[in-house]
Amino acid sequence: MALDKPYTDVPGTIIFDAEQSRKGYWINQFCMSLMKAENRERFKANERAYLDEWAMTEEQKQAVLARDLNWCMRTGGNIYFLAKIGATDGKSFQQMAGSMTGMTEEEYRNMMIQGGRSIEGNRYIGENGDAQAQNQPQGSAGKKA
Amino acid sequence: MAKITASVFTSHVPAIGAAMDLGKTQEDYWKPLFAGYDFSKQWMKDNKPDVIFLVYNDHATAFSLDLIPTFAIGTAAEYKPADEGWGPRPVPVVKGHPELASHIAQSVIQQDFDLTIVNKMDVDHGLTVPLSLMCGELDPVKDAWPCPVIPFAVNVVQYPVPSGQRCFNLGQAIRKAIESYDEDINVHIWGTGGMSHQLQGARAGLINRDWDNAWLDQLINDPVACAATPHIDYVREAGSEGIELVMWLIARGAMSDVNNGQVTGKAPKLAHRFYHVPASNTAVGHVILENT
Repeated sequence: MALDKPYTDVPGTIIFDAEQSRKGYWINQFCMSLMKAENRERFKANERAYLDEWAMTEEQKQAVLARDLNWCMRTGGNIYFLAKIGATDGKSFQQMAGSMTGMTEEEYRNMMIQGGRSIEGNRYIGENGDAQAQNQPQGSAGKKA
Repeated sequence: MAKITASVFTSHVPAIGAAMDLGKTQEDYWKPLFAGYDFSKQWMKDNKPDVIFLVYNDHATAFSLDLIPTFAIGTAAEYKPADEGWGPRPVPVVKGHPELASHIAQSVIQQDFDLTIVNKMDVDHGLTVPLSLMCGELDPVKDAWPCPVIPFAVNVVQYPVPSGQRCFNLGQAIRKAIESYDEDINVHIWGTGGMSHQLQGARAGLINRDWDNAWLDQLINDPVACAATPHIDYVREAGSEGIELVMWLIARGAMSDVNNGQVTGKAPKLAHRFYHVPASNTAVGHVILENT
């Protein structure tokens, strides 16, 4: 029997369920290790060597090195765990969240000050809101395309 | 007999803690948010609890993927503020209430809720930011939180999180447990997290002001209907992290108008209600209800 997953039709959203958690066990446990100051130092000194200490897939390591949080999430990363990488880099939660939209930091911050992203067109895949796949990347990066 | 006199509901955004710790509360960005808690800080002084039962979620801090308890109750004597990667927040150590916490654990498990009992853990912003918002800035060494706190952590990180209905039922069991404690003490129950926010993917930054406020109306006035809100509504309407709101239903279910799953008693008094967008990525909601 398949599991009940009513959330797969929400655009721009990966729900961290049992399957994602299984896939992402090591990338998330690597992130967890960054809660210790001495591990943050070791990671910063040689990222690749530190990542090689973990049973992560090569793709997960590449996603971390690229600081591509969407990619990290596709490989099973969870945002609360991935936030430890951002903290190690001195980034705020807003900078991390914004980085996943393609917007510049300023564009994302302004969107939030103006009341945040609208729900209209962003409830179901197939609508035409700004979070839909056909409308990426967002902000000035999307306009250039 | 111990008694729940009030419930407090608030978001627990980490940036709020950072703003307080770095002295930014009077900046234009933060001023309107903190103004919404001026009433609450005075209210805390005028309605000082003996114990706070604080429902929150751990954000991959005390619980990694090694161990994912759906409901965890802290029975320790104290809890240190956690280093979440930015260094620990400079706030006082949280003192627990091991006697009442153990009493609640036993009673609630006997009412068929499977709690994980935690005797050692650090507490993250999910717990310390609500305390800071309600108590103001405190010196980590010279000051102390106004009373002992029982941390009650709910898994909202790995899906499926407990349903709103289960949280609402659990709140009723917690009230029974507290009311069977012999000592004459005054307990607050706090529900934290939310409101609408999404921290991931192309939909990051989602805010749904209309949905949040309709949900708040229902939480206050028709909690039985509010508890029936399915998971998918939170995810779709309030964002993937908006699902934290189920934790508010534990506190609401513990209020004295709710009996055997129905509203049969006198409605609580709405002492305060506040809503503000944004705090970082999040819509901040805040309510205080008093049992009458």
